[in-house]
Amino acid sequence: MQTIIYILPELFLSLTIMFLLMAGVFIKKSFKLVNLCTIASLAFAIVLVLNQADEITKIFNDSYIIDRLSIYMKILTLLFCIFVLLSSKDYLKINKIDKMEYPIIVLASTLGMIIMISSYDLIVFYLGLELQSLCLYILASFKRNEDRSTEAGLKYFVLSALASGLLLYGCSLIYGFTGSTNFEIISNKLDPSNTGAVFGIVFIIVGLAFKISAVPFHMWTPDVYEGSPTSVTSFFALVPKIAALTVFIRFMYVPFVNVFNQWQTIVIFISIASMILGAVAAIGQNNIKRLMAYSSIGHMGYALAGLATGTNSGIQSTIIYLIIYLVMNLGAFGCIFMMKRENTFFENINDLSGLSKNHPILSLSFLIILFSLAGIPPLAGFFAKFYIFMSVIESGMYTLAIIGLVTTVVSAFYYLRIIKIIYFDKPKKPFEQSYDWGLKVSMILSSILILIYFMYPSILIDIVSSVVIY
Amino acid sequence: MEYGIVFLPLVASIVSGFFGKKIGVKSCQILTCSFVSISAILSLIIFYQVIVSGYTSNKLIFNWIGSGNFYVNWSISIDTLTSVMLVVVSLISSIIHFYSIGYMSHDPHKPRFMAYLSLFTFAMFTLITADNFLQLYFGWEGVGLCSYFLIGFWYKKPAANAAAIKAFIVNRVGDFGFAIGIFLIFLFYGTVNYNEVFQQTPQLVQKEVIFFGIEFSLITLICLLLFIGAMGKSAQILLHTWLPDAMEGPTPVSALIHAATMVTAGVFLVVKCSPLFEYSQTALNVVTTVGMLTAFFAATVALVQNDIKRIIAYSTCSQLGYMFFAAGVGAYNVAIFHLFTHAFFKALLFLGSGCVIHSFNEEQDVRFMGGVWKKLPYTYALMVIGTLALTGFPFLSGYYSKDAIIEFAYLRGSTFGYCAAAVGIFTALLTAVYSWRLIFKTFHGKYNNKDNNLSSIHESPLIMLLPSLLLAIGAIFTGILFKEMFIGNNSTQFWNNSILFLHIFQHGHPPTWLLILTPLLVIIAIPFSYYLFVKNEKILKNFILKNQLLYNFLLNKWYFDELYNFIFVRTFKKVGLFFWRKGDINTIDRYGPDGLSRIVKTISDKAVNFQSGYLYHYAFVMLIGFSILLTYLILY
Repeated sequence: MQTIIYILPELFLSLTIMFLLMAGVFIKKSFKLVNLCTIASLAFAIVLVLNQADEITKIFNDSYIIDRLSIYMKILTLLFCIFVLLSSKDYLKINKIDKMEYPIIVLASTLGMIIMISSYDLIVFYLGLELQSLCLYILASFKRNEDRSTEAGLKYFVLSALASGLLLYGCSLIYGFTGSTNFEIISNKLDPSNTGAVFGIVFIIVGLAFKISAVPFHMWTPDVYEGSPTSVTSFFALVPKIAALTVFIRFMYVPFVNVFNQWQTIVIFISIASMILGAVAAIGQNNIKRLMAYSSIGHMGYALAGLATGTNSGIQSTIIYLIIYLVMNLGAFGCIFMMKRENTFFENINDLSGLSKNHPILSLSFLIILFSLAGIPPLAGFFAKFYIFMSVIESGMYTLAIIGLVTTVVSAFYYLRIIKIIYFDKPKKPFEQSYDWGLKVSMILSSILILIYFMYPSILIDIVSSVVIY
Repeated sequence: MEYGIVFLPLVASIVSGFFGKKIGVKSCQILTCSFVSISAILSLIIFYQVIVSGYTSNKLIFNWIGSGNFYVNWSISIDTLTSVMLVVVSLISSIIHFYSIGYMSHDPHKPRFMAYLSLFTFAMFTLITADNFLQLYFGWEGVGLCSYFLIGFWYKKPAANAAAIKAFIVNRVGDFGFAIGIFLIFLFYGTVNYNEVFQQTPQLVQKEVIFFGIEFSLITLICLLLFIGAMGKSAQILLHTWLPDAMEGPTPVSALIHAATMVTAGVFLVVKCSPLFEYSQTALNVVTTVGMLTAFFAATVALVQNDIKRIIAYSTCSQLGYMFFAAGVGAYNVAIFHLFTHAFFKALLFLGSGCVIHSFNEEQDVRFMGGVWKKLPYTYALMVIGTLALTGFPFLSGYYSKDAIIEFAYLRGSTFGYCAAAVGIFTALLTAVYSWRLIFKTFHGKYNNKDNNLSSIHESPLIMLLPSLLLAIGAIFTGILFKEMFIGNNSTQFWNNSILFLHIFQHGHPPTWLLILTPLLVIIAIPFSYYLFVKNEKILKNFILKNQLLYNFLLNKWYFDELYNFIFVRTFKKVGLFFWRKGDINTIDRYGPDGLSRIVKTISDKAVNFQSGYLYHYAFVMLIGFSILLTYLILY
C-alpha cells in the first residue's frame, strides 16, 4: 500500500476523470464547470507531482519509475495542458464544440501521457500510449459534423494503428530475445550482435518517431493539424510531444543503451530528414496550421539531433530545446487563435496581411515568436538551437551540424515571409479585439519569456542539467 | 581649453545633425555658430600664449590603440605650427558658419548643412592637433568624408554627386600612397608618434629599401609617399582634377574646405614632416617641381575659364603650388605664412563670388555678368580687396607672403631655386591677369544677363557681407602684422622647434630688381587687363581665333580629364562591367543565391505535391521508410 503514495497524481487524475464524467452527464450545460474543474485538477496534480520525493524510486516490480526526468516532464505536460485549455476556451465556444466531454478527454489523454513518462516497462508504456492515442483520435475528429475534422481523425486513427502495430511487434520481439519487459533487464540482456533484437529496436523507433512526427513517419501531421479544430491542433503540437520525446529519451538511454551504435545512425537519419523536410516543405504552404505542422516536424528534427549525440549534454540540450519549443508554439497558436472576425476563424497566411497597422501589439508578439522560431538572436529560439549545435559539434558530428545550420537558414525564409506579410503588405479588415484573458495571458507570457530568456539562461540550464539519465 | 576647441564643434555637429528637426533651424544655427566661435576665441587665446610665452602642450585624451608594441594615443598636441593652423581653421570656419546662415537661407536642409560644417571643423582639428600619423590619418579621412558630404550636399543635382564621387576617388589615390607611407614608417621606426619618428630619422638616413624593384633611400621613399597623399588633398597637378569639380558644392563650402583649410592640409603635412623632408633632397626637389608645375598650370587654365568659382578654384590650385615650392626650397615658414594669408583672401574671394552668385540668382558664368559694380558696391569693394591681396598688390597680405616665396626661392641659390623663382614671377603675372579678368568681366563692361533684369540685381544681406568684411580686414592686415613674426630674421624663435631647418637661410638681401619686379608686373597687369577685357575686346578675340589650338588646350584644362577618362575611367568601367555582368550576375548569382533558391523552391513544390492526402500513400511512405531503416541496419 505504501507504493500508492508514489502514484498519487495519476490516481487523483483518474478519479477526477470519472467524477467529472458523472458530474457532466447529470448537470446540463456543464462545459464551463467541467472545464474549470479540469484546469483546477491539473493544477492540483502539478502540486502533487512537485510534492514527490526527489529521489529515484521504482515501484510495482520496477515497472514504474519516478525520477527527475519524469517529474519535470510531468510538470511540463500538466502545465502546457492548462495553457492549451485556457487559450482555446473561446475557440471552442465560437465553434460550438464546447461539450463537456472535451476537457475530460483531454484530461484522460494527459493521464495516458503521464503514465508513458513514468513507464519503466514495455507493457506499462504501451498502456499509457494507447490511452493517450485513443483520446487523441477522438479529439482530432471532435468537430464531427465537419468533413475535414472527421477525415483528420480517421487518418490519424488508421496510421496510428499501423504505427502501434509496428511498435507492439517490436516490443514482442524484444521480449522474445531478452525474456523480459522490464527496461533494466532488457538493457542488460540486449545483445547488439543479435539481429532479431535489433529488428525489434527499429520497430520501436518507428512507433516512437510516428508519435513525434519525424520524417518519414510524419505523413499524418500536416493533414491532421489542418483538419482538426485549432484548439486540438495546438494540443497536438504541444502536449503529446513532451511525453513522446521523454519516452524516446528513456528508450534510447535505458533499454537500448548498449546498442547505441545501431540506433544512432537511425536517429541521425530521421533527424536530418526531418530538418530538411520541415524547412523545405513549409515554404509552399498557405495555411498557417499546415505551416506550423511542417515547422514542428523541423523542430523535432533538431531535438533528435541533440538526442543522437549519446551524451548527457546532448540530452539536456534536447530537453531545453523541447521546453523552448513548447513556449514558442504556445505563443504561435495564441496568435492563430486571435485571427478571428465575426465569429469566424481564419487560417490562411494571407489573412495576416498588414496586421501591424491594425494590431500593433499582436503583430509585435507574432514578430517575436516568429523570429524566435527562426532562431534569431537574442531570442530564446536561438539559444535552443545553439545548445543543440554545440553538443552536436562537441560529439564531432560536423555533417549533422552543418545540415542543421543550412536548414535553419532555409526555414528562416518562411518565418520571415510571414513577418513580411504582417508588416509590409496591404492591411485588411481588422480582427476582433475581444480576447479571452486566458489567451492573452498565455500569449503575453510566452512572448515575454522568449524575449527575456537571454538575460537569465542559467536558470533553465541549471534545472535541466540536474537531469542525468545514465 | 584644448578640449573645448576640439570637441565643441563635434558636440554642435551631433546635436544639430541628429536632433536638428527637434530643436529647430534657428537653434541649430545659433548652436553651431556659437560653439565654433567659442572654439575660435579659445584658439586665439592659445595663439596669444604661443606668441608671448612659447606655449606648448600635449594633452592625452585616451590610448586609442595598444597592440603588441604598437601604441597610438588620441591626443591634442599644441605647438607653434598647430596653433597657427588652429587659428586659421577656427577663424575662417566660424566666419563661414555665420555666412552660411545667409547663403543657405533658401535651402530646406539647413541643420544638416550646419552639422556637416561643424563636423568638418572637428575633423580638421583632430588632423592638426594629432601627435601621431594615425590620428592625422583619421582627421585626414574625416575631412575627406565631410568634403564628400558637402560637395554632394545638393544630392539631387547629378553633377554634384558626380563631383563628390570624383573628389572622393581621386583623394583615395593620394591617400593610398599616404597610407603606405605610414605603414613604412611603422615598419622601420616601430612607432607612428611624431616625436619618436623625428628623433630616429637622423640614424636612418643611410638606410636603403627596395620598392617595386627600385632601390630608394628609406627617407626619400617615405617622404614621396607622404607627399602623394599631400598632392591628393591639396590638388596638385596629376591629382588636381577633383578640385574644380568640387565647386558644385555650396559656395561657403568652397570657401572653407576647398580654399582655406582642407586643401592646405597637404602643405601642413609637408611642413609638419619637415624633420623627414629635410633629410631627403630628392623629395624636396620633387615637391618643388610639382609645386612649380601646379602653380603655372593652374594659372594658365584659370586665364580662360568662364565659371566664376572655377576660376577661383584654379587660382587656389595655383596658390597651393606656391606653398609647395616654398616648402620644397626649405622655406617652410614662408609656406605656412602664405597658407595663413591665403586663407583670408581666398575665403574672401569665394564669399564675394558667393554674394555675386546670390545676386545673380545662381548664375555662375562670368560671360553673363558685367556692369554691376554700381549695383553691388560692397560686394565689389570686397572682391577688389581680395583680388588685390591675391595678386600681391603692395602692402596687402599677398604681397608679403607671395613675394617672400619668390625671394626665398631665389635665395636658395640652387638651380631648382632659380627655376622656381622664375616660374613664380611669371605665374604672379598670370595670377594678376586672370584675377582682374574676373573682376572686369563680373563688374565692368556691359550687362550681359538675359535671365535677370538689371534692376532685380540686389546687394546681399548683411549676414553675408559682415563675415566677408572680417575676412577683408584679415586680407589687408595679416601680411603686414605677422610678417616679422612668421618669416622675419628671428622667426626661428617663434617657430620654437615645430619646424626643422637643417640649412638656415643666409638672410642676404635679394637684388633690388627682383624685389621691385613682381609688384611692378602686378601693377602693370591692372591697366593691361582693363584694356584687354573691357576697352578693346577685339584684340583678344583675334588672338583667340589665331591661336585656337592653344585656347582650346587651356579651356579644356590641358585635357587632363579627357586623358584620365580614357586611361582610367573607361578601363575600370569595362573591368567593372565584366565582373558585374559576367562574374556576379552570370556566375555567382546564377549558381549561388539564385540557383540555390530555385533548387529549394523546386524541392518545396515536390514536397508539397508529395503530400497527396491519400491514406494508402501515407501508410506506404511509412512502410518504405521503415524498410529503408531496417535494410540499412542489416547491411551495416
